[in-house]
Amino acid sequence: MERGVFTQLVITFGTISLMAIGGANAVVPEFHRQMVDVLSWMDAPTFARLFAIAQTAPGPNVMLASILGWHVAGTPGLLVATAAILTPSSLLALAASRGLQRYSGNHAVRIATLALVPIALGLMLASGIVAAFAADAGLIGFAITAATAVVTYRSKINPLVPMAVGTVAFVAMWLAGLA
Amino acid sequence: MSTLESATDAKRPTLSNLFTGFLKIGMMGFGGVGPIARHIIVTERNWLDDRGYAELIGICQALPGANTVNAAVMLGDRFRGMAGALICVFGLMAVPLLSLVAIANFYDAVSDHPLAQVALTGAAASAAGLILGTAARLLTKAGLARWAWVMAAVAFLAIGVLRLPMLPTLLVLVPLGLVAATFGARRI
Repeated sequence: MERGVFTQLVITFGTISLMAIGGANAVVPEFHRQMVDVLSWMDAPTFARLFAIAQTAPGPNVMLASILGWHVAGTPGLLVATAAILTPSSLLALAASRGLQRYSGNHAVRIATLALVPIALGLMLASGIVAAFAADAGLIGFAITAATAVVTYRSKINPLVPMAVGTVAFVAMWLAGLA
Repeated sequence: MSTLESATDAKRPTLSNLFTGFLKIGMMGFGGVGPIARHIIVTERNWLDDRGYAELIGICQALPGANTVNAAVMLGDRFRGMAGALICVFGLMAVPLLSLVAIANFYDAVSDHPLAQVALTGAAASAAGLILGTAARLLTKAGLARWAWVMAAVAFLAIGVLRLPMLPTLLVLVPLGLVAATFGARRI
């Protein structure tokens, strides 16, 4: 009954790939649900830390899948997870690209965008909430989450800046015995 | 689609052009690859004009997966077929994956140290705020119709608060959204 780790990675991440409307920031809650609750491959704080690492690294945010795969099964896990998250959505993009070149798909694209954008944004908000609770960083943690959110909302600053400030602030609070 | 096709006819970049272009996008995209992708595809390499790029990103946004990865697949395929698509995705992911492995190994080496755990907990709390702030900004700027606000709220409640499984949730929400968009596009 137990599936191999790699088979499970392919099935789980392959399915998430097709649900990632608007990119990986829409599916953080599903990654969390699968990794922590369904498969019990890690606890919530570990998930939150890996999520933080993926946010710091350069590149597309689907690399959350890569680092989760790495945690589960090392470098082979990273490669399998990356391939699993990229392949289904890429094949769909390939099909759409070829289909839309043949027929003018402007109307269909417009309807799909109108329908998916609000869902994607609602999911992104959900991702932030799920990540904030997974971080399990107490009241100080929630304060830092809120402050980072306000700064990001108000300015177009490079995201690495508020992340660095928030991290340093949390470490300082911890050293001061507050967090 | 006319702009995309004329770009194809004008000059087709070679596989190595495509590879280095997307390698650069992946390398420079610290904290989001969107702006840098536009710069390289439109300004530096002239693969598409502004309208062609807007069309491409429009399609990418209507598809699941990361926009830049989808853009890599579609541009690569348009210019050099299947091989082009693969080369573009490899180029895009190469440097980010290598740096991720480096970061992950560094994490492994220091993860026993309590201060490393504390720093990453702080980083996780900040990263959550980053996503919340970005989502809030996009929501207020998207100019959503009333039905679209309802869709966003239901998606948030179902996944973020009730923590429902995503597949059944989307199987309900996406068709509802498509119906609302089809009729709402005309009226609301």
